[in-house]
Order: sequence, then C-alpha cells, then structure tokens
Amino acid sequence: MASLDSVDLSRLQFAVTALYHFLFVPLSIGLSMLLGIMESVYVMTGREIWRKITKFWGVLFGINLAMGVATGVTMEFQFGTNWAYFSHYTGDIFGAPLALEGIIAFFLESSFAGLFFFGWNRLSKLGHLTATWLLALGANLSALWILIANAWMQNPTGARFNVQTMRMETANFADIILNPVAQAKFVHTVSAAYVTGAGFVMAISAYYLLRRRHQDIARRSMAVAASFGLASILSVIVLGDQSGYELTDHQQMKIAAIEAMWHTEPAPASFTVVGFPDIASQTTRAAIRVPWLLGLIATRSFDEQVAGIDDLVARAERRIRSGLIGQRAIQLWRAGDSSQIVTIAAHSRDLGYALLLRHFREDIENATDADINAAARLTIPDVPSLFWSFRAMVGISVLLLALYLSAFYFAARGTLGNHRLFLWFSLLALPLPWVAIELGWVIAEYGRQPWAIEGLLPTRLAASALSTGQVGLSLAGFVLFYSALLVTDLYLMVRLIRKGPQPETEHAY
Amino acid sequence: MLIDYETLRLVWWALLGILLIGFVMTDGFDLGAAILLPFIGRSDLERRIVINSIGPVWEGNQVWLLLGAGASFAAWPFLYAAAFSGFYIAMLLALGGLIIRPVAFKFRSKIEAPLWRQFWDWSLCLGGLAPTVIFGVAFGNLFQGVNFTFNEELRFEPHIGFFSLLNPFGLFTGLVSLIMVTLHGAAWLNYKSTGAVAQRARRLLPLLSCLLILSYILAGMWLAQLDGYRITSAVVGDGPSNPMLKTVVRAPGEWLAIFINEPVWNILPALGFLGAIIAAVAARYPVVALFGSALVPLGLIGSVGRALFPFLLPSSRNPNASLTVWDSSSSQGTLFTMLIAVILFLPVVLLYTAWIYRVLRGQIDTRHIEGARDLPY
Repeated sequence: MASLDSVDLSRLQFAVTALYHFLFVPLSIGLSMLLGIMESVYVMTGREIWRKITKFWGVLFGINLAMGVATGVTMEFQFGTNWAYFSHYTGDIFGAPLALEGIIAFFLESSFAGLFFFGWNRLSKLGHLTATWLLALGANLSALWILIANAWMQNPTGARFNVQTMRMETANFADIILNPVAQAKFVHTVSAAYVTGAGFVMAISAYYLLRRRHQDIARRSMAVAASFGLASILSVIVLGDQSGYELTDHQQMKIAAIEAMWHTEPAPASFTVVGFPDIASQTTRAAIRVPWLLGLIATRSFDEQVAGIDDLVARAERRIRSGLIGQRAIQLWRAGDSSQIVTIAAHSRDLGYALLLRHFREDIENATDADINAAARLTIPDVPSLFWSFRAMVGISVLLLALYLSAFYFAARGTLGNHRLFLWFSLLALPLPWVAIELGWVIAEYGRQPWAIEGLLPTRLAASALSTGQVGLSLAGFVLFYSALLVTDLYLMVRLIRKGPQPETEHAY
Repeated sequence: MLIDYETLRLVWWALLGILLIGFVMTDGFDLGAAILLPFIGRSDLERRIVINSIGPVWEGNQVWLLLGAGASFAAWPFLYAAAFSGFYIAMLLALGGLIIRPVAFKFRSKIEAPLWRQFWDWSLCLGGLAPTVIFGVAFGNLFQGVNFTFNEELRFEPHIGFFSLLNPFGLFTGLVSLIMVTLHGAAWLNYKSTGAVAQRARRLLPLLSCLLILSYILAGMWLAQLDGYRITSAVVGDGPSNPMLKTVVRAPGEWLAIFINEPVWNILPALGFLGAIIAAVAARYPVVALFGSALVPLGLIGSVGRALFPFLLPSSRNPNASLTVWDSSSSQGTLFTMLIAVILFLPVVLLYTAWIYRVLRGQIDTRHIEGARDLPY
C-alpha cells in the first residue's frame, strides 16, 4: 500500500468523524419523534405513566443529543480546516444551506432542548408538549438543510462557474433548494433515522420484558415503537427505491458501480442479485441475475438503457477533452484575452473533468492521450465495496421489515411480551439500523469518488494545503478523543438502561 | 437586484460582527461561568448551582458561534477557508473545547463519585478556556497580519506555524478575551445564583472590570505601535470577489487612524468601558451589572472590527492578498438571498429565545437543587 499523504489523511479523518457523528444523529432524530408521540399520548390521556415513559427515554435522548451536538461542530469546522479549496470553490452555494440550517433548525432544536429537560414544572402540559415537538421539528429541519447541502455535492444544480472569482456561484437558488436528489435523500434518511429510534426503543423494551422488569413501561413503549417503526421502514424501502431512480439521472456512474454493470446491456437491463465483481477483468464472477429488474427500477421503463461503466468512461474521456479546451481558455483569459470568456462558458460544465488530470501532472494543458485515458478511468469508483455495501444495506432493511411486521402484529393482538424468540430478535437487532445507515453513507460518499462535487471538483483538489504531520496529528487526536467519548457514552447508557426508569423524586442527582 | 453589491457587503460585514457579538453576549456568560466553575464552586452542591444556572441555555447560546461559522462560510467563503485551514491546529484545539462541553454537562450528573465529577468540572473549565483564549489570540494575530497568499487559481497558501501564533501581542489579546468572558460569567452568576456562589461572583466583578479596562487600554497602546494596513488602489465596492486585484501597504498607525480621523467612532471603545464600569459599580444590582457586562462585547468587538475595517484577514507575506470586505464575499445573489433569510428568521429566533429565558427566569439556590424534581444536572 502506498503511503498516505495529507489528502488521504483528510479524507480518512472526514470519513471517521462523519460516520461517528452519524452514530448519534439518527437516534436523536428518531427519538425526538418518539418523545413527541409518547408525550402527546400523555397529554391526551392524562395518564402519569406516559409522562414517566417520556422522561425515561428523554434521559437517554439527552446523552445521545449531547454526543450528536458535540460531534456536529466538528463537521462544520472541517470543511474549512481540511477542505479549504472546496470551501472557496463552493461556499457561495454550499455555505447557504449550512447557514440556513443554523438559523432555521439548529437554533430551534438547541433552544427547545433546554426547555424539554428543564421545563417540566415550569410549563403547562400543552406548553411542554409544544416544546418537545419544536425540538423534534428542529431535528428534522436540521437534517433537511444538511441533506440539501449534501445533495448539491451529488447533483450540483443551479450553479455556474465564474472565472473572475475562480469558483462556482449561485445561478438559481430555487434549483439548489428544490434539488430532486435532496428530496429523495431527505425522506430516505429521516425515515431511516426513525427506524433507528424505533429499533432502540424496541430493543431496550425487549430487554426489560425478557427480564420481566418495568413491564408496564416496556410494553407501552414497544407498542409505540412497533407502529412507528413499521411505517418508517416501509418509507425507507419505498423511498430508497426513489433514491435509486434519482441516481439514474444524476449519478449514472454510481448506479453502474452499485450494480457492477461493466457494460451497457440492451434495455431493460438485468439485476445482479449477488456475484463477485472483479475490477481487473471488468466482469462479475458467479453472478446470479434477474432479467429486466434493474432496467425497471432505474428507468421505470422497458426501453430506456442503463449506461454501463465502459460507456460512462468513454463519456468521461470526451468531457475531459472538452474541459481541457476550457482550461486552456482560462489561461489565455488570465493572460489578457478577454474574448476567451465565450469559450470558457461553452466548456464550463466540463472544467472539473480536466482537473482530474491533476492526479498525474500539474501542466494539464500538455496532457497526453494516455493521461486523458487514465483520468477517465479514475471516474470508476470502487465497484466491489459499493456492490456489497448496497446489498448488505438492502438485506438489513428486509430483515427489519420482518421484525416490525411481527412487532406490529403482536402489538395489535396485545401479546408483545409473550414471545421470547421475538423479544430476543428485537434485542439482537439493535445494531442493524446503524449498520445499514452507515453503509448508506458509504455508498453515497465513497460512491461519489473521485469527486468532492460530482463532475465539478475532484476530491484531491478540494483539500487544504496542510502537511501530513498536521493532519496525522489531528486524526490521531480525533481517534483517541472520540474513542474515549464513545466508551464513556456507552458505559453511561448501559448503566442508565440497567437502572431503568426511576421514580420522579429521584430525578435530581 | 434590490440592493447593490457594495451595500450588501457592508451589511454582511455588520452581520458577521453582530453574530460574533451575539455569541459573546450569550455563550460568553456560560463559557465564563464554566471557566469560574472549579474556583467559585467549592462543594458539589455549589458547583451544581453554577452548572444549573447555565444548564438550560448554554446549548442555544452556542448556536450563535455555529451560525457565525455557517454565515462566514456562506457570505465570506474566502475568510472561512483561510481562517479555518490557516489556523489549523489552533482551530482544532478550540474545537476540542467545544466538543467536551456538551458531554461534560450531560455526563457529570450521571455518576456521584467525586473523582468523576471533578474530572468533568475541570473539563467544563478547560472547554470554556480553550475557545475563549484561542479566539482572542486569533484576533491579536489578525492585527499583525497572517503569513499567507493565494496562487492564480485563488488557492489559499498558508505558511503559518502553530507556535508563531503564540507571539506576545497574540497572547495578550487572548488574555483580554479571557478577562472579558470571565467578567460576563461572573455577572451572570451574580444574577442567576444565590448564597456563597453569588457572593464570590459579586466580589470578582470590580476586580475583573478594572483588569479589563487596564488590559484593553494597554492593548490599544500596543496596537498603536504595530504596522497597520491600508488599501492604496481605488476601492471597487461592487468588484469581483478576488483578493488579488488590489494593492495594499503596511504603515504605522493605520489601525487606529479611524478613531483619530473620525472621533465619533470612539463611542465604541467608550461603550465597552462604560459597560465594564457599570458591571463594577452596580454589582449589588445584578440585572444592571449583567447589562453592563453584556455591553462590553458590543463595545470591544465593535471597536476591533472598526479598527480592522475594511480588512478581514490581512496578509503579512503579501499585503495585496489580504482579505477585505470588498473582495472576499459571496456573489451578490447569494448575499441578497441570505439577507432575506436572516430578516425573516432572526427575529423569530430572538423571539423564542426571549420567551425561553422568561420561562426559565428566577434564581437557582440550594433549596432549588435539593428539592427540585426535574433538574437534570
């Protein structure tokens, strides 16, 4: 393995801190909704046990929220610290949803989190319920704005290149906000977060029921989680499919890589259920295929083709050549030839493709055919890891669907506590939503490589000018610090769960 | 576009300042209270008074900082990219403080062992100290110029060693920042808590106020000795955001020139001093004293911003590459759209923040903590 440079280390650091942050985010979003539902039941029925239920899950929610808030700050800092050229190149567009997230969503979430924990005796029942729902609303809106930002990295609409400022600038703000990728991503991601919250409540309730402790609280919590979880997992699966449909238009290479579709097939393309993609030979060994299925999922038609990797590489090569014309025009423009502005505009969508040549040489205007060919091949992401991540993610969703269907069935019949096998399954399924969600992010982000912004800016060029020592030091710091925090967090969580819901008078420590 | 580019840039420069001042006015008091925590709270009960006095609001307060970072990303992308990557290690140390705070608040109360609680008390103290001092040091370095330039692709090229930031003037401005925040924290505890904690906080107020005024005057005198920056080419208020198109000179006295040429601006440092004096003499009237200490960041940060104007990040390596209000903003369209968003949503934020503070009004005392059923900390 080649030695890692500061860009590789920055990528690793971003991956580690983002995946770590996303251990806490989905649980916060999912639990905030469940807290809202549980407290609504309390306000509607007036029965004290629901207040106790809400407060118990609220304590666990509080610890998790703190971890999410703490690690979220890292993400906001990191675009600037480690990805300075990305920040310069896209700040005009990408910064807006992040700032809007702050002012519209995060303020709401953080401010009402304080009232949720401290307001029980200071607000009326309805007042406190409002605070809880505003907290949940803040958490959901937060996800919306962050995913609008992320979706723009996947499908950079509404933007144009400005040669005077050497960056992308907003051409149409509405296109950025109403990005179809963002909508599919948002519903898919928050549904997955709801599943995580429901799975967490189910698992811990199952633990109590297996131990025959706190059964009144556990059975009620589980009934709420079962119905909420079932609705959510259905939404994950149906809207995940919508997500795939959006990919067909906007990130063809990603879908080709997920499906290990080395060559374009006549429509409708077959779907490879399992197999062993081999990069060197560009084939998938021992593949089991379902005819027509991929064509139907990806294009919703019988006659549209799904492009294969070979065709997409050829397309990338054409775009690199077009981008090179644009890059040469930029150099002439800098030298004082203002008429070049026309050429730059004509090739502006492909400028980023020419930048892929920087992987091989600084003077890209002198690139050879071999360089261009190699650069085009860079656009192929790591097929086997995407192929397998996707299949594992889908497999887990199907397992979870089975879990929630049975939970819903038992809840409807009022026999949730009676089936020990089911309870064990609920408990052991605890990590599954997290695994699926993290794999989902691997597909979304690793599948976008080599791009930081699809088609516009290669990841390698997006990084800050940092030394290997600096990033190595920070990465080591993060690993140590985050590991210690995670151990403490898990220790406290387990301790509080073992202790179980407490009589209210013991809430003050 | 309804508003011209030059005006939008000025407005966004002011908004950046307002967010920073909002951060110090709100989060400043909980950072300050956290810094004071191990010293002003001598028993677990007293420390819980301190923590519970900031417990419900620190999280909302901290959003001012995150919003400031987000706004600089959206409105001043050059500044965001340069400051965060240029001060890499310093920024990550400040980040460490901001990460440890939320978890320390939550983790501390969950276990009663004294060692556990002391560990998190000191974590809270350090978590308040690190960002306070580091942001102060950063401002000291802005005035001296930072060692960077841009290449022709406008790629930021820093040559900044972490230890070079720890120069005497930088360290001194770090100290000024620490005193300002600690004063605000003491004023908050004087207002929000009772008993021994409030008394100790009250006794600190005159001392911290004097220190603040003295150190601020000293920093100003020191600043007069440093070279300032001035744009020598014609200022194009609506020109493209490209920091390499102008010429800049370094010259002595430039930073304070505005206060001499247009004496009206002296109102800013005067406001800061007035606030500190109010905090000291009105210590027995906690609301008034808190109002005074909240004036301090308005005056002090306002005067720092005015002195630097129009510079955001001066470059010592290549003064022409310095970031200014006129050449490092986002596009006119983005500034306009984001301004509309601020006009729509900031009042809403202020409204519910005010309502939350009202709901949580009242002092935290010993009985409160021993008898309360719903204090999570």
